[in-house]
Amino acid sequence: MTFKRPNSAGLAALAILAGLCAIGFADAALAQTADAAKDAAPAAAAAPVPNKGDTAWMLVSSALVLMMSIPGLALFYGGLVRTKNMASVLTQVFAIVAMIGVTWTIYGYSMAFTDGGSMTSYVGGFSKAFLHGVDASSTAATFSNGVVIPELAYFVFQMTFAMITPALIVGAFAERIKFSAVLLFILLWSTFVYYPIAHWVWFVAAPDDVANAAKALAAAADGAAKTAAQAKLDEVTGAVGWLAGAGALDFAGGTVVHINAGIAGLVGALIVGKRVGYGKDLMAPHSLTMTMIGAALLWVGWFGFNAGSNLESNGTTALAFVNTMVATAGAAFSWLMVEWIFKGKPSLLGICSGAVAGLVAVTPASGFSGPIGALVLGLVVSPVCLFFVSTVKNSFGYDDALDVFGVHCIGGIIGALGTGILVNPALGGVGITDYTNITGNNAGTYDFATQMIAQGKAVLATLLWSGIVSAILYKIVDVIVGLRPSVEQEREGLDITDHGERAYNY
Amino acid sequence: MKIVMAIIKPFKLEEVRDALTAIGVHGLTVTEVKGYGRQKGHTEIYRGAEYAVSFLPKIKIEVAVASEQVDKTIDAITSAAKTGQIGDGKIFVINLDHAVRIRTGEADAAAL
Repeated sequence: MTFKRPNSAGLAALAILAGLCAIGFADAALAQTADAAKDAAPAAAAAPVPNKGDTAWMLVSSALVLMMSIPGLALFYGGLVRTKNMASVLTQVFAIVAMIGVTWTIYGYSMAFTDGGSMTSYVGGFSKAFLHGVDASSTAATFSNGVVIPELAYFVFQMTFAMITPALIVGAFAERIKFSAVLLFILLWSTFVYYPIAHWVWFVAAPDDVANAAKALAAAADGAAKTAAQAKLDEVTGAVGWLAGAGALDFAGGTVVHINAGIAGLVGALIVGKRVGYGKDLMAPHSLTMTMIGAALLWVGWFGFNAGSNLESNGTTALAFVNTMVATAGAAFSWLMVEWIFKGKPSLLGICSGAVAGLVAVTPASGFSGPIGALVLGLVVSPVCLFFVSTVKNSFGYDDALDVFGVHCIGGIIGALGTGILVNPALGGVGITDYTNITGNNAGTYDFATQMIAQGKAVLATLLWSGIVSAILYKIVDVIVGLRPSVEQEREGLDITDHGERAYNY
Repeated sequence: MKIVMAIIKPFKLEEVRDALTAIGVHGLTVTEVKGYGRQKGHTEIYRGAEYAVSFLPKIKIEVAVASEQVDKTIDAITSAAKTGQIGDGKIFVINLDHAVRIRTGEADAAAL
């Protein structure tokens, strides 16, 4: 390993950048403290009707998130493998998207986003299996009182998240796993890991239900009516995923998507084992051109992912959009500069990796942090991820082929913990809004320790559940279909041995 | 008759072709090859993974010439392909027993 001496021009540039950020940060902290509280609009007596703009935005966002998976992620990953495995990676990502499209419709949506009765803290039920009772006139709650969107728009938006999350995992064991094993593992993983964890974090009480129950409580005249109304309110606020109830903030899926997929990838890389020839053979990416196209498509698609996660089209949506822009720019640039200083050359793969790390980190923070907070988050995440994908990975020797753990899990953890810090109104964040803490009933307050404990709980719970269940599922898949192709097949390349075709015929 | 085989730097191919045309050698075969000699390779870094690339891309040209033309051919290639740096390549001369032009059936010197 060669380390060049820090380039003084690069260092000076970084120092100036850091100084500018510090100034901007302080300004934002002063300017934005007043703007935390949200209006609690009185619930309308008539059922609210979806707004056309909100509906259009959610459908466009859903299409953008699909574009992140195919072709975005598929090309980002595909460019990083060797020519002989290009078609296998593209097929794996495409097949996962298609398979989850089927299972999400049949039972996934219901498992993630319905009331699971006595188990509802941990998993939903099957009341909406096969989209039972969901039609064009059904509505889903947003985070604002009196604002709803068509439930089918909510369904398809959440479907695209369920598609990309398992697709992220395949990068960890790329180039050395059977296609049948990928499909079986992802089928099991999405069922036993993704749908429950999505329920933990994102199954929240509808703001209108909470407001109505609270109004009924206020209106209750005597003791018995008060007790009944209080019980009703407790029922509404209690029927949520347990991490949502614990006050963990995750705007667009830092824990549910990135930490979750990242740890499942690391466990997979360890259980599946290293690629044949790892550490000896040349395993350079076959097309950084494809990787750059993929990373750029991910960035564009991520606006649907993060800004779409506001579920309506308003100022918070714009905030999430801007945060996604500035954090990613900061992270892409800081990866490039840090790499230039410590590794000697600023690389295309470096700036693309930095962009993805920034997108990952800003995901949970996108609707909670102020733009300057998001910028700092972006600048910070890249050096840490770079340290993990180079130094830590090399010293432990695991073959996380495309750095799913180093970028998504580590970036996700930094984002999840960073969200707990940057939501602070004193740092330009939006503060604890009423919908983020329906159960805690502490809207408008912010306590660093409380929030960090909640964030840490979400991170640890996701790491443990996803890590342990994934390990069990890999073993089950290994017994049923076998995880690895033979050494000869792996040498030949999965394009030919699994799919009977080549990605390129020159 | 001889085969003059030369390993040269890829960007020198056009100059070598012009030099050979100028001395009346018409026709040569070109192959993209990889190899190493005294020139060291380079290191490529992808995120944390460092690869020492020791086989460098080169161009192999093969020219069949009459024996009396061999020296002129070698001179032409040497002067055109030379940069003075390590990695300029090498020239090998091999005996050629027989040659046939497929279209006409002409043999040996007439076929060159």
